[in-house]
Amino acid sequence: MKSGSNLEKVLSKGEFALTGECGPPRGADVDVIRKKAGHLRGYVDAVNVTDNQTSIVRMSSIGASKVLIDLGLEPVMQMVCRDRNRIAIQSDVFGAYALGIRNMLCLSGDHQSFGNQKDAKNVYDIDSIQLVNVVYTMREEGKLLGGDEIEGKPSMFIGAAENPFGDPFDFRPIRLAKKVAAGVDFIQTQCIYNMPKFREFMKRVVDMGLTEKCHVMAGITPLKSLPMAKYMATKVSGIDIPKEILDRMEGVEKKKRAEEGIKLAIEQIQEVRQIPGVHGVHLMAIEWEERVPEIAKGAGLHPRPTLE
Amino acid sequence: MIVGERKPLEEIIDSLEGARKVLVAGCGTCVAVCMAGGEKEVGMLAAELSMAARLRGLEIDVTQATAQRQCDREYLETLREQVKGRDAVVSMACGIGVQYMALHYEPLRVVPGINTDFMGANLGIGEWVEYCQSCGDCLLAETGGICPIARCSKSLLNGPCGGSSGGKCEISKDTDCAWQLIYDRMAKLGRTDRLARYRPPKVWKTSRDGGPRRLVREDQKA
Repeated sequence: MKSGSNLEKVLSKGEFALTGECGPPRGADVDVIRKKAGHLRGYVDAVNVTDNQTSIVRMSSIGASKVLIDLGLEPVMQMVCRDRNRIAIQSDVFGAYALGIRNMLCLSGDHQSFGNQKDAKNVYDIDSIQLVNVVYTMREEGKLLGGDEIEGKPSMFIGAAENPFGDPFDFRPIRLAKKVAAGVDFIQTQCIYNMPKFREFMKRVVDMGLTEKCHVMAGITPLKSLPMAKYMATKVSGIDIPKEILDRMEGVEKKKRAEEGIKLAIEQIQEVRQIPGVHGVHLMAIEWEERVPEIAKGAGLHPRPTLE
Repeated sequence: MIVGERKPLEEIIDSLEGARKVLVAGCGTCVAVCMAGGEKEVGMLAAELSMAARLRGLEIDVTQATAQRQCDREYLETLREQVKGRDAVVSMACGIGVQYMALHYEPLRVVPGINTDFMGANLGIGEWVEYCQSCGDCLLAETGGICPIARCSKSLLNGPCGGSSGGKCEISKDTDCAWQLIYDRMAKLGRTDRLARYRPPKVWKTSRDGGPRRLVREDQKA
């Protein structure tokens, strides 16, 4: 075991993993996390805690991850390169590990021009692939960037994201290979709606032998409504929602669209489960955590394995 | 070249508070080429300042002059007669020129007439794009002659983030994804294999991050 985290155990035993997501509150209200945790407990193997996603200021990922630990859930602490230089990043990895955090997801981060702090200075001292390597080198060699020895290795289970729908498509599997070379253990993909394109991506990734070196978890986000689907299809860069899916959502009456979104998510999970190289699902039910149990059950992913 | 744009008139007027004799000083190099602070723009600002002063019932004497370069003592010296007796100078040079003018004629009140935006290229009439951030450690050989430091919104070194879509950056449909450009260029050059190599964290100390920079060339000093 590299980290001994539950997520690592589930994936390394060859079980089909399921992770959820918890966006921290826009403030210090712990009840928001308690509520979300209540919906997710027992239904997922670990919970991603976002790091100021879309550049909107929220409770820190480290802080909210610690709250989840206290509530009996295992966090996947997300960390973006937008806000911290290499000094803060390395320091925060130590601090996170000291608080009991064992999984982390290394991300570039949404540019600050999206959020509520548009006047901020952006950092990007290192990029997400370099971040993977920084955390890997800490775990494997006990060294900081620059080679200084560290006191107490933070042994994280290291994740990263990949967007099969980002451009240029041909470079995406190569980029994943770079993450594998940098030391990544698991990958969670951007939410998938264009299944044929995802299949092609996975085929290339499998052919390159990458799924033998890391666990790829397919990202699924249930659509709550037609406006949400349209917004994501047209306004969110790197999200690819084919017309058939928009038509399908539009084709049912308004009050039944949420149910249709859940049904679609369950079908997508069942579909990705059949794709070679996919080792799990990352279920991002954005501000819709209360529907995670029925999606997990509907997709046949409940109960979750308990591993020693 | 250095690209700049005129500051709003109100801001310039505010920065000149109390000055009665003002010289508007242009620079004949970069900012003249990008039509922000050359002789022509000096004439326009001088006229605007005179008119604004009259409208406010102020008597301000505005004169104008343009040096070939304000970042060079020899050229700055050519303005000595015009600077004499002035309460303030609006330098329409880049930030370098403004500071060098203030140093050369110390103590002289020098205020900026333009904002210095970036180092870039003129892509077409009325359009300039940032191309270089003077990081002090050029990596253009590895990226097909397209700079990810200056041209990727996140200055990424190992390829595009997940927000690259249809050749555009996630921040705006008006912004090209630098990594799409790099990938396409490297493909044309038959060198995409180079992009598969992991690039370690950049040494930023050669950039502004290492503190204010200074270049000393002993071979030139002798």
